[in-house]
Amino acid sequence: MSTFRGYERPDGSVGIRNHVAVLPSVACANGVVGMIASKVRGTVPLYHGHGCARAGRDLELHFRTLSNLGKHPNVGATLVVGLGCEVIRAEHLASSIASSGKPVEYLDIQSEGGSRITAEKGVARAIDLVESVSRQKRKVSGIENLTVGLECGGSDAFSGITANPSVGIAADWLVSEGGTVILTENTEMIGTSHILERRACNPEVAGQVSSMISAAEERARDILGPLASMVIAPGNMDGGMSSIQEKSLGCIAKGGTSIIQQVVDYAERPASSGLVLMDAPGYDTESMAGVAAAGAQVILFTTGRGNPIGFPVVPVIKIASTTRLYRAMQDDMDINAGAVLEGKSLTEISEEILSVLAGVIDGEPARAELNQQNGIVCLYVTNPSF
Amino acid sequence: MVIVINEKDNVAVALLDIAAGAEVVLPDGGRFEAVNDVPYSHKVALIDIAEGGPVIKYGESIGEAAREIRKGECVHTHNLKSEEAQR
Repeated sequence: MSTFRGYERPDGSVGIRNHVAVLPSVACANGVVGMIASKVRGTVPLYHGHGCARAGRDLELHFRTLSNLGKHPNVGATLVVGLGCEVIRAEHLASSIASSGKPVEYLDIQSEGGSRITAEKGVARAIDLVESVSRQKRKVSGIENLTVGLECGGSDAFSGITANPSVGIAADWLVSEGGTVILTENTEMIGTSHILERRACNPEVAGQVSSMISAAEERARDILGPLASMVIAPGNMDGGMSSIQEKSLGCIAKGGTSIIQQVVDYAERPASSGLVLMDAPGYDTESMAGVAAAGAQVILFTTGRGNPIGFPVVPVIKIASTTRLYRAMQDDMDINAGAVLEGKSLTEISEEILSVLAGVIDGEPARAELNQQNGIVCLYVTNPSF
Repeated sequence: MVIVINEKDNVAVALLDIAAGAEVVLPDGGRFEAVNDVPYSHKVALIDIAEGGPVIKYGESIGEAAREIRKGECVHTHNLKSEEAQR
C-alpha cells in the first residue's frame, strides 16, 4: 500500500469516500436534515446537538468542528441547513466551508417558510450536488495525503496487549511512508507525560504535550473528585495493571514509537505529517468527531468489550482485542487481534490491519459502514450552555 | 503462552493462567520456570531485576522494583512501585 486511490479535492486533500454531507448548523435543523438525507441517495446527515447558546471556547470549538466536517476530504459537497436565529449561522458555516473550494449550498428554515418547503428545496439541491460529485473519479495518490485517526473504546485487559500494540506497528509503518497518524484521548495519556515529551520533535512541542496531559489530569480530578482514581490509578482496573504508566502506555501503544511532530487542538487540521497528538477527551464519540474534523479519512478503533460505533463520513475499522469478542460481535468487528493470544505475532496482526485498511481506503466498506453505525456527531463541550 | 510486547521489555504478559512451578514458554521457544502463580494478563519477569531497577514493558519503564524480583516471578503492585502510585 505505497499508494491509494482517492478523490482529489480543490484544497489539495484527497478523499476515500465521495459523500454529499447534509449539515445542520444547529440542532433545530436536524429534522429537516433528516427529511433531505432520507430522500437523496449519496447524502449523509451529520446530526448534532449544538450550534446555539454557546460563546467563547465552545463556540470556537463547535464552529471549527462543523466547518472542518463540511470541508472533510471524504465529503465532495455540502448542503448546510440552518434555522435562522442560531449563533452558528448556516450562511457563515457555508462560507467557511466554501473556502475549501468545494460546492456548498445553504438554506434557512425560517426564511424559506418552514420545514416542508425547506426540505423540498433541500432535496432538489442535494440531488444536484450528488450528481455533480458523482462525476469525480478516483485517482492514484500517495500516502502523504492519508491521515489515519486512532481510537479505543470499551477497552479490556487485552486491549493494551493485542490490539493497541498491533495498531502501533501499523501506525509506525504509515508514518514511515509519509502519512499522518492522529493519537488522542488525553485522559488516557495521564502518567506518560515524561515519555511522550521525550518523543516530541522539539522543546516547544514537548511543552505542549506536557500542558495537555497535566490539564487532562487536573480536569479528571476536578470533575471526578474522589472518583478520579478511576482513571488515574491502576488498582481498580486490575487485569494485571500495576501502575498508571502501564495502563496509559497500553492505550498510547496505538500511536507506535514515532517522533511527535505536533500537538493540535480539538478538530484542528494538522499542519505537519507524521505522528500528531490531539487535545481531545477520552470519550470515544467526542474524540472521534475531533479526529474526523481534523481531516482523518479513516479511523482505526480498538475495542475489548465491543463497541460498534462508526462515524457518518469516515470509515471506522474495528479491531477486537480477543477472539471471544471477535466471535461474539462478528458483524461489527473487522480484525481479530485476539489471534495474538493463539500464537500470531503483533507484526502479523499489524499486516492484517494494513491490508484491511488498504481495502477500506479503496472503497470496500468497513463493518461499521455496512451496519450504518453513523449515529450523531458528538461535539466536545467545556462549559454548560446558556 | 506469554507475549513480549517490545524487545526492550524485561517482563512478559501471561496469555493464560500459569501455576507456580509450571514452565513459561516464550515466543522464541525459550523456557523457564514460574516462581509463583501468574494469572492471565499479568506480568512475569524475564530476568532478575535488582531492587530499584526499572520494570520495562512497551519498551518504557512502568515503575521500579520495590524489592529484588527473580526471573519467573509475577510482577505486580506487591513488588513494583511507581511515583504516580504513591500519590
